[in-house]
Amino acid sequence: MSETQIYSLRVNGKLREVTDAWLGESLLYVLRERLGLPGSKGACEQGECGSCTVVMDGAAVCSCLVLAASAVGADITTIEGLTDGALTDVQQAFIDEGAVQCGFCTPGLIVAVHHLLDNTPKPSEMEVKEALSGNICRCTGYGRIFAAVTRVIDQRAQQ
Amino acid sequence: MSTSVVRTRRDTLGTSALRPDGGAKVQGSFAFSSDVWADNMLWGATLRSPHPYARIISIDTSEAIKIAGVETVLTAEDVPGKLTYGLIDSDQPVFASGVVRYMGEPVAAVAADHPETCRRALAAIRVEYEVLEPHVNPEDSISGSVPPIHPNGNLLRHQRIVCGDTSVTGPVMVECEYEIGMQDQAFLGLEAALAIPDSDGGGLEMIVATQWLHEDRKQIALCLGLPEENIRLTLGGVGGAFGAREDISLQVHASLLALRTGRPIKMQYSREESFFGHVHRHPAKIWVRHHASNDGMILKIEARMVFDGGAYASTSAAVLINAVTHIQGPYRCANAIVDGFAARTNNPPCGAMRGFGVVQACFAHESQMDKLAQACGLSPVEIRLRNAMRTGDRLITGQPVESVAPVERCIRETDAIALPPQMTSSPHELSLPGGSGRTADRSHIVRGIGWGVSIKNLMYSETFDDYATARCRLDNGVVTLKFATSEVGQGFVTLAPQIARSVLGVDTVIVDPMDTTIGSAGSTSASRQTWMSGGAVDGACRLVRERLFEHVAQQHNLDPLQLEIDDTDIIDTRGTLRISVSKASAGVAFEETFEHHHRPTEDLDENGQGNCHVAFAFVAHRAVVDVDTELGLVKVVQIATAQDVGRALNPLSVLGQIEGGIAQGLGLAVMEEILMVNGIVKNPSFTDYLLPTALDAPDVVAILIEEPDPQAPLGAKGVGEPPCISVTPAIAAAIRDATGRAITRVPVRPSDICL
Ligand code: FES
Ligand code: FES
Repeated sequence: MSETQIYSLRVNGKLREVTDAWLGESLLYVLRERLGLPGSKGACEQGECGSCTVVMDGAAVCSCLVLAASAVGADITTIEGLTDGALTDVQQAFIDEGAVQCGFCTPGLIVAVHHLLDNTPKPSEMEVKEALSGNICRCTGYGRIFAAVTRVIDQRAQQ
Repeated sequence: MSTSVVRTRRDTLGTSALRPDGGAKVQGSFAFSSDVWADNMLWGATLRSPHPYARIISIDTSEAIKIAGVETVLTAEDVPGKLTYGLIDSDQPVFASGVVRYMGEPVAAVAADHPETCRRALAAIRVEYEVLEPHVNPEDSISGSVPPIHPNGNLLRHQRIVCGDTSVTGPVMVECEYEIGMQDQAFLGLEAALAIPDSDGGGLEMIVATQWLHEDRKQIALCLGLPEENIRLTLGGVGGAFGAREDISLQVHASLLALRTGRPIKMQYSREESFFGHVHRHPAKIWVRHHASNDGMILKIEARMVFDGGAYASTSAAVLINAVTHIQGPYRCANAIVDGFAARTNNPPCGAMRGFGVVQACFAHESQMDKLAQACGLSPVEIRLRNAMRTGDRLITGQPVESVAPVERCIRETDAIALPPQMTSSPHELSLPGGSGRTADRSHIVRGIGWGVSIKNLMYSETFDDYATARCRLDNGVVTLKFATSEVGQGFVTLAPQIARSVLGVDTVIVDPMDTTIGSAGSTSASRQTWMSGGAVDGACRLVRERLFEHVAQQHNLDPLQLEIDDTDIIDTRGTLRISVSKASAGVAFEETFEHHHRPTEDLDENGQGNCHVAFAFVAHRAVVDVDTELGLVKVVQIATAQDVGRALNPLSVLGQIEGGIAQGLGLAVMEEILMVNGIVKNPSFTDYLLPTALDAPDVVAILIEEPDPQAPLGAKGVGEPPCISVTPAIAAAIRDATGRAITRVPVRPSDICL
C-alpha cells in the first residue's frame, strides 16, 4: 500500500520500530499484527467494548480508537507488559473467583482493573462499576468480575 | 494447546475447580481463533448485499482484481462442490447467484495482502442489482399471499399440537398477543478462522472458532467437493458462542480462498459484519389464550405462534418445535390446541440462540400466568404453585416428564430469598434507572416485583442422535483426554479433568487439543455438553478403570469387582489391599474410547404428539426493578433464582452460567434488539445495539437445587440455557407491577412505559 511510514512506539518499556505500516492502522492493529502483542483484543473497533484497553501515558484508552502513528512518543502498556511472568494479584483473583469464561474480555478488563486500583486504591462499589462499565463482558454477567475486584481491594488493604 | 494441571487440593467432581486455561486467558496469551497467523498468509473478506431483496443483474470483478495486493476474487461461479449449505436444510447459497434474499448476504469474497486492500477491493467490485420489494411479513408466508422468495417456498415449518379435549372451556379466560424482538448473541470474540491449504490443493487445515467441528467439516467438504477426511479442523480459542457459531459463517469462504490462492487465508469479521454473518434469535408473535377454573387451575391452552425465520432455514424448524412444545410452561395442562409457524422472509436469517425457541414461548406463558393470577385473585406465586408440574406429568405432546421436576421447590426457594432493601432517600445516582446518564429524579422512581418460571428441554430432539465421543488414556499415572467438544467459555475443559480425577483417582490430567481426529462430540449447544460429552468422558474413564482394576486384580489374585477407587488409591473392599493409582499404573498404559448416546426420541405426529425431547430442566426467577416512570428507563435491582441443576459438578462454573445467562435475559428484557425497517438492519454496531454493562448488572442471588437426575450420566442437568429464559418475563412482569402498563413486548422500550 502506498501510504506507509516508518515510526517507533514505546511499548511495555521498549522502543519498537514499525516498518512499512499503512498510516491508517490503529494502535490495536499494530500491536497485534506488527508487534507480536495479540493480548489486546478487538471486538468492536468503535470504542464501545473495552477489549482493546491499554494504558497510554497513564490513561486507560481504547487502542482501537488510537491511530498508531499518532502514538509516537507515548508510553504504552499492554496486557503483556503488566508483569514479567508471575501473575498479578488481579490476574490471580480473576482466576480464583471464576471471572473468566471465554476470556475474550479478560485482557482488557485486567488492564482496566489495574488502572483503576493504581489510581483509586479503595474504590467504592459504584466506582468499580462505573470504571468497568466501558468493558463489556458477554459471558459472566459481571458478578464474578466484581467478586475478583473486591478480593484484590481487600487483599491490598490487609497488606 | 495442551493444558496440564496439577493442584494440591484434588479437583474432583463437586468442587469449584478452576479453569486450566485461566492463566493464559488473564495474561493475554491464550490464542483465540483471531490470534493465529501463518507465513505467507493473506487476508480474506466478504462482499455482502446492501439490499434485503434484489436480482443480481451482473457482477464485475475486473477492477478489484487489478488492485495491487489483491490475489483473487471469488463469486458463485467459483464454488466447486455443493452450491448451498445449512444446518438442517441446506438452502443457503455459498455466494448469492441471481438473487440476494437478505441484507448482508454474501455475494463475493476477496483475498489480499492487507485488510485495507481487501476493503478497497470489495469497494471496487461492481454489482448491478435490480432492487425488489422485500417481503418481511411472516403472515404473508403463512397465507401464501406473496410469491415464493426461495425455491423451497416461504413456509419453513408448520406444526400443530392437539391435545386432550379441545372443546373444553373455562370460567376464567385470559388472552393476549405477545411480541419478542430479534436478539443478537453478540459474543465478544468475532468470527475468525485461519485456513491453510495442503500443498497439493486436495484438502486443507482450518483453525476456527465454532460450536461443532464435525458439522462444519461436513458442510465445508460438501461445498468444496472434497472428501471429509481431507478437511482437518482444529478448534481455535472461542470468544463466546451462545448459538451464533452453530451455523457456517466464514468457513466455506475462507476454504475456497485458501484452495484458490494456495496460501493460508485469515478471515475475521468486523462487529458490523458479524451482525450480518451469523443467525439471530427469532423475532416472534405469539397469541395465547388460557382457560382456567375459578381457583386458577389451567384447563386449556390455545396458542398461535409465528416465528420469523428470515431468508434461510438454519435451525428454524427445530426452534419452532421447541417453542410449540414449551408453550404450556412448567405447568400441568390437559388440553391444548397450538399452531406454530416458522416463516421465510427477506429479514436476516434466524437460528440458534441460548434458549432456542423457549425464550419466546416463556415470555408469552409467564405473562399469561400473571394475567391469570390477577383474574383469579391469586398472587403470582400462588398461581404458579397451584399449577406446578411434577415428575410424571404429561406435556401437551403426550410426553411424560421423566426428569426430576422440582418446579414447586424452585418457586418456594426463590420466594424465600430476601428482597433487596428499599431505595434509600438519597440513593447513589449511578444505581438509579438511566445510570451514568444521571437523568433520574427520585420522585419518579417506582419499584416493581415480577416472576418467571420455565421449563427447558436438554439435548436435541425429534429422533436426532446427537452422540458425543471421548478418549481416555492412562499412562504411568497421567490421564490424557481427547474429545472434539467445543470449549466456548462454558468450562468443559475444567469439568472433563474433574471427571477423570473422580473416576480414576489420578491428579494430573491433560486435555488434548479439540479437533476432528476423533469422533464428533456434537454441538456445544442445547445445554448438552455436560450431559453428553461429560457422559462420554465418564464412560471412557470407566472403561480404563476396568482395565486398571483387572491389571491390579491379576497381580494380587483378586476379583476386579472387589476393587474401588478411594481418593487417589485403589482399595480392596473385601480385603486389606490399598495401592495408589500412580503406583498401580506405573509402567502400564490403557486407552479407551467411548461414545455416549442419550435415549432415543420420537418425531411429533401431525397432532404434535410424541416423545420428542430427551430431558428437562427447570428454574424460577424473581425480578425487582426500579422504573423511572417519566423517562421510561429501568434498572434491574435484583434477580433471585433457584435453578434445578441436578448436581452441581462445579458450583463456581454453574454460578457463572447463571449470572451470565441472567445478564443476557436482562438484555432481551430491556435493551437488546436488532432493529429492522423493511428488511434493512438499522443498528449493526455496539454503539447502537446495546448490551448490559457492569452498571446494568443486577445483584444475583442464586440457589442451586440439587436433585440428581437418574437419567443423566453424572446426575447433572445442563445449566447453560435455563438462566436466560424466565428472567426476561420476570423483569417484564416487574415493570408491569411498577407501572401498571400492559408490557406485551420485549425488549421493553421507554415508550412502552411512559407514552
Ligand atoms: S475494540 Fe476497542 S473498544 Fe471495542
Ligand atoms: S468472559 Fe467471555 S466476554 Fe467476558
